[in-house]
Amino acid sequence: MISGMPTFTREEIKHLGDLARIALTDQEADRLRGELNVIADSITKVQEVAGDDVPPTANPIPLEAYLRPDEAEEPLTQEAALSGAPVTESGMFVAPRILGEE
Amino acid sequence: MSAQEELVKQSASDMAAQLRSGQVSSRELVQAHLDVIEAAEPSIDAFLQVNADQALEQADAFDQRLAHEGDEGLPELAGVPIAIKDMIVTKGIPTTAASKILEGWVPPYDATVIKKLKAAGMPILGKTNLDEFAQGSSTEHSAFKPTHNPWDTERVPGGSGGGSASAVGAFEAPLALGTDTGGSIRQPGSLTGTVGVKPTYGGVSRFGAIAMASSLDQIGPVSRSVLDAALLQEVIGGYDRRDSTSIPKPVPPLAQAARQGQKRDLKGLKVGLVKELGGEGYQLGVEARFNEAVSLLESMGAEVVQVSCPHFPYALAAYYIIMPSEVSSNLARYDGMRYGLRVMPSEGVPQTAANMMAATREAGFGDEVKRRIILGIYALSAGYYDAWYGSAQKVRTLVIRDFEKAFEQADVLVSPTSPTTAFRFGEKMDDPLAMYLNDVATIPANLAGTPAMSIPAGLSDDGLPVGFQFFAPQMRDEVMYRPAAALEAALEEQWGGPISKKLSTPWLDGLAQDSTK
Repeated sequence: MISGMPTFTREEIKHLGDLARIALTDQEADRLRGELNVIADSITKVQEVAGDDVPPTANPIPLEAYLRPDEAEEPLTQEAALSGAPVTESGMFVAPRILGEE
Repeated sequence: MSAQEELVKQSASDMAAQLRSGQVSSRELVQAHLDVIEAAEPSIDAFLQVNADQALEQADAFDQRLAHEGDEGLPELAGVPIAIKDMIVTKGIPTTAASKILEGWVPPYDATVIKKLKAAGMPILGKTNLDEFAQGSSTEHSAFKPTHNPWDTERVPGGSGGGSASAVGAFEAPLALGTDTGGSIRQPGSLTGTVGVKPTYGGVSRFGAIAMASSLDQIGPVSRSVLDAALLQEVIGGYDRRDSTSIPKPVPPLAQAARQGQKRDLKGLKVGLVKELGGEGYQLGVEARFNEAVSLLESMGAEVVQVSCPHFPYALAAYYIIMPSEVSSNLARYDGMRYGLRVMPSEGVPQTAANMMAATREAGFGDEVKRRIILGIYALSAGYYDAWYGSAQKVRTLVIRDFEKAFEQADVLVSPTSPTTAFRFGEKMDDPLAMYLNDVATIPANLAGTPAMSIPAGLSDDGLPVGFQFFAPQMRDEVMYRPAAALEAALEEQWGGPISKKLSTPWLDGLAQDSTK
């Protein structure tokens, strides 16, 4: 086992897979567990220098948010917007059912 | 050398000059490159999609326009063909990000940079290979095929933009576009002996660049000369209201700075050597070429000082928290609903939307992409958000401060672009951390939003190219173009021509026998 925090368990990796909506196989989960433990161990060092007095940066070049001029424009046509869809019907995207059977 | 070989080996700006003087047409340029692509692809594999018919049509349209209306209002590179990393959407041309999840997708719109290239009459030769969703440093993570390094086809071209770098290095295209999130333009430039530029964050519109890590991503030029890169950045750069991070200012005078640099007078310029980017982990041959190049800068009048950026050693760790966090969020859009792959769950599993998403993403994403999404979701989860993501954002502030202090002591900063020359296929695929270390010298610029570029510094003792990196302050991209062009000119005088003169190009031999075309 690699030292340092945090240590991933197989169950945690499977749970993260569920959150990510990726149906990981058991084999993938095991491999990811090993790899992520090594990576996690190495990136935890950011905490060494992240003092309370240091403000966080989200965007390196902060700009003021603005609204574009209120001018009408041609959006994508319905046909173009649907052109890459896996399944369509009557000009709409078709999704599998949202709820399970139970 | 056949006339065709001579033509494709020129710089893009020389091709542009020949177009204007009528010595060559855009159609001839496109055809010559299509011929090279056909001859080179079996050994290089830089392209995912070649756009031959449309490129010839675009060339014809440009030739007619030039004949009837002249070149008024057109940029210098007008009519010169270009290849596009398949991370940038192109209307009507399949765009995949080298992922199975987007295989066969034909975008209904053009990225802003593509619109600008089209307006400049620059024919699009095709789409180049990359690590899936630009995640990798060797192009081995492409879902479709690896790309080979023209200097040694047993070795990787770097990544993620290995396709664009190899295409330009192998003379399949005079120019290309890349995207750089942690070094994906510069590191392949270093490994293939080409020029790669990451402009200031916000300097080139990201509208239509497939999002990987939005606070780090930047589109930029790939070329064989500093001047060509400057001219290309002038074409694609500038404000775009469709990108909320686009800087509302005109593009700085980049080509002018490059041309000034070619005069090789750097008196008054202060060059800062970044202490933390060198030493342990850097190959001796890489350091040797780097130090020689620094001496050349000095010989042209530059004053060289050492600067310290004490938080750069934390940049890689911060990057591998921030980047996967943004990846996990950006790649959530691939849900099998509106475009791209849809895989229904296997029999016995309820055929719901949620299960379809999980099956689609399991089948559509490769190992590295899954690794980063899972890591990112974890970094953003309750309980670890402050310790990881929050700390990484603070490191980002510290890296920016390091740059600010360094730029008080020097006009430009320099370092090797990559710690090593090109490595063999498979060498780092089983060790993600070893792969991540490729970008240790390029990542600080992405975290800080500063512009940076890589130019060839010569060959290491293994006969493979070494890259030399310049950093300039935010929104001052022109500041790095001047010494880069000066160094390039001084090195080329020593070499007796561009570094590509030392490259053996067996794929061009076939063209020599067929020079009557």
